Amino acid sequence: MIDRIKLLFLIGGIVVCALVPPVAGAAGDDFYVTLFARIMIFAIAAVSLDLILGFGGMISFGHAAYLGLGAYAVGIFSFYGINDGFLQFFVAIVGSALVALVIGAICLRTRGIYFIMITLALTQMLYFLGISLEEYGGDDGLNTDRSEFIAGFDLYEEVNLYYLILGFLILCVFIMHRVINSRFGMVVRGCHANEDRMQAIGFPTFRYKLAAFVISGTMCGIAGALLANLTEFVTPEFMHWFRSGEIMIMVLVGGMGSLFGPAFGAAAYLLFEEWVPDLMEAVATGTGENWHFIFGPLLVILVLFAKQGLWGLIPDRSRRDG
Amino acid sequence: MRFRIALIAPALALAATPGLAQEKEIRIGYINTFSGGAAVYGKHQKDGLELALDHLGWKMGGLDVKMIYGDDQRKPDVGRQQADKQLKKDKVHLVAGITWSNVLAAVQKRVIRSKKIIISTNAGWSAMAGKNCSPYFFTTSWNNDQTPEAMGELMNQEKLDNVFLISANYQAGKDMLTGFERTYKGKVAKRILYRLGQRDYQAEISQIRAAKPAALFGFVPGPMGIAFVKQYRAAGLHKTIPFYSVFTVDYLTLGGHGKAAIGTYHTSYWNNNSDDPVNKRFIADFKKKYGYHPSMFSAQAYDMPMLVNSGVVGAKGDPNDVRAMVAAMEKADFPSTRGKFTYNTNHIPIQNFYRREVQADANGNPVIVTTGVVKENHKDSYYKQCKFKW
Amino acid sequence: MTWLLLVEQTLNGAQFGVFLFLVSAGLTLVLGIMNVVNLAHGSLFMLGAYYAATFFGLTGSFLLALVIMVPLALISGIVIEVVALRTMYDRDHMDQVLATFGLILFFNESVRLVWGPESQPMPVPDFLDGSVEILPEAPYPVFRIVVILVGLAVGAGLYFLITRTKIGMLIRAGASNRAMVGALGVNIRLLYTLVFGLGAILAGLAGMMAGPIQSVEPGMGEDMLILAFVVIVIGGIGSIRGAVIASVLIGIVEVVGRSILPFAMANFMGEDAAQTAGPAVASMLIYVLMAAVLFFKPAGLFPAQAG
Repeated sequence: MIDRIKLLFLIGGIVVCALVPPVAGAAGDDFYVTLFARIMIFAIAAVSLDLILGFGGMISFGHAAYLGLGAYAVGIFSFYGINDGFLQFFVAIVGSALVALVIGAICLRTRGIYFIMITLALTQMLYFLGISLEEYGGDDGLNTDRSEFIAGFDLYEEVNLYYLILGFLILCVFIMHRVINSRFGMVVRGCHANEDRMQAIGFPTFRYKLAAFVISGTMCGIAGALLANLTEFVTPEFMHWFRSGEIMIMVLVGGMGSLFGPAFGAAAYLLFEEWVPDLMEAVATGTGENWHFIFGPLLVILVLFAKQGLWGLIPDRSRRDG
Repeated sequence: MRFRIALIAPALALAATPGLAQEKEIRIGYINTFSGGAAVYGKHQKDGLELALDHLGWKMGGLDVKMIYGDDQRKPDVGRQQADKQLKKDKVHLVAGITWSNVLAAVQKRVIRSKKIIISTNAGWSAMAGKNCSPYFFTTSWNNDQTPEAMGELMNQEKLDNVFLISANYQAGKDMLTGFERTYKGKVAKRILYRLGQRDYQAEISQIRAAKPAALFGFVPGPMGIAFVKQYRAAGLHKTIPFYSVFTVDYLTLGGHGKAAIGTYHTSYWNNNSDDPVNKRFIADFKKKYGYHPSMFSAQAYDMPMLVNSGVVGAKGDPNDVRAMVAAMEKADFPSTRGKFTYNTNHIPIQNFYRREVQADANGNPVIVTTGVVKENHKDSYYKQCKFKW
Repeated sequence: MTWLLLVEQTLNGAQFGVFLFLVSAGLTLVLGIMNVVNLAHGSLFMLGAYYAATFFGLTGSFLLALVIMVPLALISGIVIEVVALRTMYDRDHMDQVLATFGLILFFNESVRLVWGPESQPMPVPDFLDGSVEILPEAPYPVFRIVVILVGLAVGAGLYFLITRTKIGMLIRAGASNRAMVGALGVNIRLLYTLVFGLGAILAGLAGMMAGPIQSVEPGMGEDMLILAFVVIVIGGIGSIRGAVIASVLIGIVEVVGRSILPFAMANFMGEDAAQTAGPAVASMLIYVLMAAVLFFKPAGLFPAQAG
């Protein structure tokens, strides 16, 4: 199923994530706990997008919508003083699923560039809706409290929140692994390869694709709920189309259709964003803010020459054999 | 695992900072927008504060000053992450900066929870003046409502009745109208809220013309305002319906407006023509160092290091003595570009507001001229709701 | 609201629509014929405005600025095509979206490095300053009328080029079967470069016309880009006729919608609520329109025959 070397990387990645808090704590640099928490949240978002993007061939340019929905589920409850994490996450999941169902049902009637644009348009709608929600801060956003799950498990302890996010990441990756390798996953992949043929065999491809769309959106909704907890803040900015583009970049950088790759893509993107400006600043003062100048062309080069993303750069024994 | 960290972390923290009082430098985190379309706000403010640091010789109360800059990309969550990084990694003594209300909303909670001072050099989010106020929070700018309140007053003074209102459809935009209508006594012809980021205003201009108001009051910030002012001029309305604005026309945008801004009026806390020696030196040195005219954003950012310096001196060179810093800073005893002012009980300035207009200089180029005081010692409208909690 | 104002607003909408067409013409050409999703179209729009603003400032002549802007835009387009996009034709849309997204970041940053983050000065040229009274008591800016004329001229020119000339024939043939046209001895590579260059000129022209009534600043093309995509998707990708109709439709829906809705909604939800909700609903209107059109016609109003 998965190559041994790649499995090693996967386990290595999880171990690194698990070790960040004690190591950072020992080094007196708590900041990396926050940074890696953020990386893991976007890893969930990127892995979820990969299901429809890499496996299903549905190029959704509106994945940030679910990030925002999940975040607002936490934010709005918190606004009314309800901080029960189980309730918040339940609503985040159900809410994202319902919205993904509606958006998917509309968008999946179209294909190709039309699909890209309509997912973008519907997300823009939600973005403007967020801006006009005066009750919940509108454009100013909403300060939120962190969720409360069980007594004694205080999310304001940064470490607790961190391991909660790590747990969700492992759970999401595991679910995704099962989904993709199930019969259902095969059909979705088949739709990507040749939808007409799948229909001819007798699969109701629309329903399969819609189901994949909903699973993907729901999982991203969880990422949104976690993001609201990490930043203690919710804003329509989470749904901006630039954000959708960033999640797509993470998937591409990590490797489309590689399941685990996008998680590494999220790490690469966010670490780049974190370190390269500092590096540029160290080389020449005042240049750090121009990091897009390097990142833009790098992205072009990556698209041109590294089709498989970072995950594809890892040597793959099975491919060499076969 | 939590066990171990709990043991190690404080031990290391103690080892890293032996004897808290013996700091050799003061580390100031500065968060603003330095990339993307709004980067110009960050630039004007950074230039302003670095000029102040030059004037201070990069020393405060005997300590070296170390600035740590963070780019919020105009995103609240990124701003918060920057604050987190500066507090945890760079161990800053205080955080300053921030242009946007929503970024301030996200950042302030984090900074105040770690009992550090936060100074806004622009964002005037109303909650920080009232129900969310905190002794750790200072501003060297204003509260959002103050400037439009002064504008309402100005229109009363100029006896303008039947005024058309236009503002952006988001929180700050609505605050501007609320502030204006709090003081304005005349009749409102109509109010329009346009979409944030809108670039074509012909439809709004037609409505303004059809309503035949005595004057137009607008909040159209940044590039939206540049487009609006140009289109308003192109439609020829500036001749019949004068345009009074807040946060729309300033030296930050004047290059973009060009001659289209001539003949418009606005209110501002900053009297750029003041004879105050601090102000004159600021403008002259700023132009010499950077080659362009400072905006009000540069002016209010210039005040930030001066304010911090007064705090460090008051705390006898110990930036970790936050209480002493705050007590000294509350006195507002520093050379400000706006002249002498006082802080209200919520750490928002009690300050004068001026009427300014854009005129043509000898070559026909636009210049901003301050033409009078509208309101002296203007207090914000929220300070009574503020109860400090340490 | 009076009927006269409503007529004026419809006119405003149509005018905004023509401007939108100007922005989307190059985009639909490149997308329809070359099948490339070019997000960097927004960057070319921005570059056109910057070139024009710079040379308008230096020479003082708007027409001279136009004459200089056109070759500069063409060169910029050709460089982008040769360096980055040439190898993208056979890739899926996802790769194209991301690579051109990278180009947007690069160009925004380059412009900021060269010109600085401030908005660049670009006034309405003196000879186009002023207004004419089309409707009673509603003088219309001359410059906006010029924008309409330029838009109509571009539409007519493109239609003629594609349907009536030999080059147009080759372009259409290349769009339906690239390999076959190549096999017939046509330098398809050069043809594509030229089409992309033409798209770049159109984007630059739109940017130049936007300069005097908008803000010339880094990232100025992005808002327009989204609207342009909405236009060409509703109109049907690659269809010039579709783009004209869709852009005018969107212009009118957007402009009339946002001037009427707040007042219409006040009738059943109260003045205050309507003032907030009206503009919010109005800003969603074109996206609703797009979703509705695609729901019933998944390939837009005028699905192009080619491609």
